[in-house]
Amino acid sequence: MSVPPLLQVKGLKKHFDVRKGFFGEKTAVKAVDGVSFDVMPQESFAVVGETGCGKTTLGKLVLALEKSTEGSVLFDGADISEMNGSELKTMRRQMQVIFQDPYSSLNPRMTVEDIITEPWVIHDMHKDPAERAKKLAKLLDDCGIAKSYLPRHPHEFSGGQRQRVGIARALALDPKLVVADEPVSALDVSIQAQILNLLKDLQKERKLAYLFISHDFSVVRHLCTRIAVMYLGRVVEMADSETLFNDPQHPYTEALLSAVPVPDPSIEKRRKRILLTGDVPSPLKPPSGCRFHPRCRYMKESCRTNDQSLIKAKSGHETACEVLPFKDKRSEAALVAL
Amino acid sequence: MSEPVLSVRGLRTHFVTRERTVKAVDGVTYDLHPGKTLAVVGESGSGKSVHALSILRLLPEPPAKVVGGEILFQGRDLLKMGAEEMRAIRGNRIAMIFQEPMTSLNPVIKVGEQIAEAIVLHQGVSQEKAWAKAVDLLKKVGIPHPEERVNDYPHQFSGGMRQRAMIAIALSCEPDVLIADEPTTALDVTIQAQILELMKDLQREYRMAIILITHNIGVVAEMADDVVVMYAGRPVEHSPIGELFNNPKHPYTKGLLGSVPSIYVRKERLEAIAGQPPDLSGGFVGCPFEPRCAQAMARCKTEDPPQFHLAGERMSNCWLNEGESTERSHRHESAGAAK
Repeated sequence: MSVPPLLQVKGLKKHFDVRKGFFGEKTAVKAVDGVSFDVMPQESFAVVGETGCGKTTLGKLVLALEKSTEGSVLFDGADISEMNGSELKTMRRQMQVIFQDPYSSLNPRMTVEDIITEPWVIHDMHKDPAERAKKLAKLLDDCGIAKSYLPRHPHEFSGGQRQRVGIARALALDPKLVVADEPVSALDVSIQAQILNLLKDLQKERKLAYLFISHDFSVVRHLCTRIAVMYLGRVVEMADSETLFNDPQHPYTEALLSAVPVPDPSIEKRRKRILLTGDVPSPLKPPSGCRFHPRCRYMKESCRTNDQSLIKAKSGHETACEVLPFKDKRSEAALVAL
Repeated sequence: MSEPVLSVRGLRTHFVTRERTVKAVDGVTYDLHPGKTLAVVGESGSGKSVHALSILRLLPEPPAKVVGGEILFQGRDLLKMGAEEMRAIRGNRIAMIFQEPMTSLNPVIKVGEQIAEAIVLHQGVSQEKAWAKAVDLLKKVGIPHPEERVNDYPHQFSGGMRQRAMIAIALSCEPDVLIADEPTTALDVTIQAQILELMKDLQREYRMAIILITHNIGVVAEMADDVVVMYAGRPVEHSPIGELFNNPKHPYTKGLLGSVPSIYVRKERLEAIAGQPPDLSGGFVGCPFEPRCAQAMARCKTEDPPQFHLAGERMSNCWLNEGESTERSHRHESAGAAK
């Protein structure tokens, strides 16, 4: 028997009502507009996209920090939208979050020890001093935090050290799932590498599943095994990491991957870039049909009207494009295969 | 090779307060050639931005103080110029674009006026002519319907368009040197690709020299001809782009390159550099990278390494390269320093 998924997201939508001017017409920003995916236990699943694609809203919906307009989020088989306060609290022991900005997500008035152990106070755990000390020591050790940091305050530390504190806080309750929203994008490269290695080690050791939200394909490739690419509130492509990087089946993914600068001048010289024209359209007025069609180089007439949902391109590979997967010869500008 | 358009020699910028002195830039030397791009790479606090602001003399004094060095622009030292003279060069012969296009444009002035302002100021043409040129420039940087968009305010532009408008302002006087401080850091990758492409095209057209300040190694690989790697306010390595990536000399450069994940290669582990960047207020006895360096030797603790000049126009600031060096100099020297 196969293992049931840890997290199931089904047809999730979140629309925000906005009014143009005081008497203006009400319109809905469809921040998340029908997203479905599963995250398996111990899997690291990434949601990738550019500014405004709805990835952060998606993370908030999964964490029940935001109420969905439609659709459901099931954690361990239970629908979180139907939970009351105390049920949510119990569920949150299993699902924790790491935020992007280690400067604003730690309370400046609390000591590092208080920050890390606050989840235990909230959930009434590890009250025995000996047990608590043992747990704390293990947690500090795992996250690479020196014991001498405990009585100090967040402002005394650099970004990387603060992010370690944020990670320790998230792991204090031994969760099964960690939602990480851009956890390394505020950090310098050498520190980013330390934190990425740490996240990888912790996943192995503590058997964690990650829902990793990022705009950075290089980081995602390093850490995640499955990837969903979002554009204007929708998932446009979903596949195993290796498959997605080697053979993207949606024109948007293809263009995104070609735009990522590669830290190797010899590759940079050889590869061709697919330059997308224009900006991402406003989510207030998404284009008709396929939302990517105005910027797409494979656009067919039918793309203007046909709003393609995810279809199977190959096994384990889904795409919301009806053109690219059926091209005989992949474009001459395809990525340099390595 | 052609005459350098800009030569920085032993530049040192310190921040002096009553309590302490922070040596933000402590001896930077390089030559910038027309039509070439020099990338200055480093992490936060490495002094890369302060060095750029020192060139344009945009730092508030006090607390900032340029305590040593020369900045030769077409043979004349910018540091010795009067305010009036400097203003004629800043924004005219040497222009700069900043990281955050929202905060560097004035929100209550039309984009067109902000472009025209520089043209009127430096070229002494009429308002109408400047306005027409602003439209041309917006077209050149790829803004659709420039004759309408020139009347827009910055908030009506998207992030990518604002950065294009910034570039239009910088290019308005066809500068000899463009300093770009993290020009694409605030942008999405697809927009970043557009802006980098635009910068390359315009560089070819105007034969501008570009100083590209960035922490993004991928952007460096794409854009640069030469690279200066900075750490703790000093250049630790200076090299043509290809050799830097193929055969990095300084342990910090090696660590930095190993830290970067790539979409092409899936590494099991990144070779992170242990520890944290140092506090610059204390000053250093030996090499500032020594506490984080995997190859540190006993002498690194006590002896400040000089700049070792290596074959192929390269420089490394590490004792490990002493044996292969042809010549050495001190980073504070302003005369006869590295090429």
